[in-house]
Amino acid sequence: MILTGYPVLFVVLLFAALFPFLLFVVSQLVQYQSPSEMKNSPYECGMLAYGDAKIRFDVKFYLYALLFILFDIETVFLYPWAMAFGQLGVLALVEMVLFIAILGLGLVYAWRKGALRWQ
Amino acid sequence: MMSTTSWITSIADILPKLPQMLWDWWLTLPDAVPAFTVGLIVFGIAALMGQLAAIVMVLMERKVLSWFTQRKGPNRVGPLGALQTIADGVKLLFKEDIMNDAQDKFLFTLAPAIFLFPVFVMFTLVPFSSTLIGVSLPVGLLALFALSSISVIGVVLAGWASNNKFSLLGGMRSAAQAISYEIPLVLSLLGVVLLTGTMDLSKIIEAQRGGLLHWFGIFLAPVSFLIFYTASLAEVNRVPFDLPEAESELVGGYNTEYSGMKFATFFLAEYAGLFIISAICAAVFFGGYYSPFGGLIVEQTGFNVWLANTLGVHQLAQLIPQAEMLLWMLSKTYVFVYMAMLIRGTLPRLKPDELMGFSWKFLLPVALINVLMIAFVKLFLMDFALNLVSAWVYLGIALLIGIFGIGGFCLWISRSFTKQLQSRLLKQV
Repeated sequence: MILTGYPVLFVVLLFAALFPFLLFVVSQLVQYQSPSEMKNSPYECGMLAYGDAKIRFDVKFYLYALLFILFDIETVFLYPWAMAFGQLGVLALVEMVLFIAILGLGLVYAWRKGALRWQ
Repeated sequence: MMSTTSWITSIADILPKLPQMLWDWWLTLPDAVPAFTVGLIVFGIAALMGQLAAIVMVLMERKVLSWFTQRKGPNRVGPLGALQTIADGVKLLFKEDIMNDAQDKFLFTLAPAIFLFPVFVMFTLVPFSSTLIGVSLPVGLLALFALSSISVIGVVLAGWASNNKFSLLGGMRSAAQAISYEIPLVLSLLGVVLLTGTMDLSKIIEAQRGGLLHWFGIFLAPVSFLIFYTASLAEVNRVPFDLPEAESELVGGYNTEYSGMKFATFFLAEYAGLFIISAICAAVFFGGYYSPFGGLIVEQTGFNVWLANTLGVHQLAQLIPQAEMLLWMLSKTYVFVYMAMLIRGTLPRLKPDELMGFSWKFLLPVALINVLMIAFVKLFLMDFALNLVSAWVYLGIALLIGIFGIGGFCLWISRSFTKQLQSRLLKQV
């Protein structure tokens, strides 16, 4: 009998999490290291780095993250609906049209507000 | 509704029993040993397949791209350069692993590991034949989505831990891009889940057993396929969506500071990811391990029955259908891999604002409407859609939409590219 399902998945997850570190350890064991001051400075096109590396980034990234959470939750709602759609019939379609229309309104609002404009 | 106090009392009830519960769990462990062994074997096969696929694909990509630019490509190591990637891999294994002084050493090591590990797990979830599937889950598709979005964390961590502004920018761009394209990606596969009513990949493939006309990518859900392929190219950071690695602007993106085995890990995970995306594409939209003519050729011609009855080689007769399944699945997968390489050789890179706009303003609305259309078709037109004569009419319409869609996309890209070029030239004047 071939054993499949969640227990095997967890074991696979465990080994997959360990495997990259195995690669790193093997590489550490066989490589030759000769560190120097120049080599250990950050690479910025060969020039000396100026300023702090932890720079500020655009607030737009947060806006996109918020929108992503909104629409990701929407897709989570849509999947059970799709699974059960065969038994639910016309009413489910109407309900989902309303649901998607409301979210579509949200998208249109974000669009009009300029949340999707990068510059 | 449970009040806070009752929660606390229930926890207080459980707490003294915890050692006993742990002991009981320990006693059940011998049952878990088979799962451990099977898991080890499954992971071993998946890791081997992933690395082999990456080795073959790196060589293939270099060859294809060099044909594009009229070069010979790798041709020194081994016959026709076939051993080039193996030589590169060995070189990267022995190469010095440089970490600069200001880096966060722990996160710097953790990032490539997080990037690589979901890819190997994804290899175990995709069926390459009816029995060659590592972990068969009833929610296989959902597990694949969940795993594919983990690698974003690795990219952001790599950018942050590198202590390099270009890496940080690359990581942030990559995260924004990946989460933007995640939504159309997930919504496009919703159409197929609607049509089949299951998230089990084996059952989705089984639903397409009937051959070419039953493939979802051809005429049942062609728009879903186009959205999925576009969004998945963006998800694995391929051209024209490879902004995080824009060599000319960000040096190398989030992996600028990486060298040696850690860089190789990023490289391996990227190519294995492309392979997995292509395999999902083949499985969900193009019939998976079944032939385009319906079923399997060895079964339809009665070859395996003849083998079993006339020659009496029963084991071979059982093995041959599996081999044919593997052949179909792998060849379909490599068609999509090849397509990604052709796209890399053809299309220019997009600007960040265009890239994000394309996902939110075009792919997302189209994906939403597509889901509703497919629900409508499933409710009212399913018999019409599966009738073979009207199927050709439907196929014609779908093809027209597809051709105009792709044409429009190419036009849109080339137009924006020309605009960029014009504005640059004007600035110079």
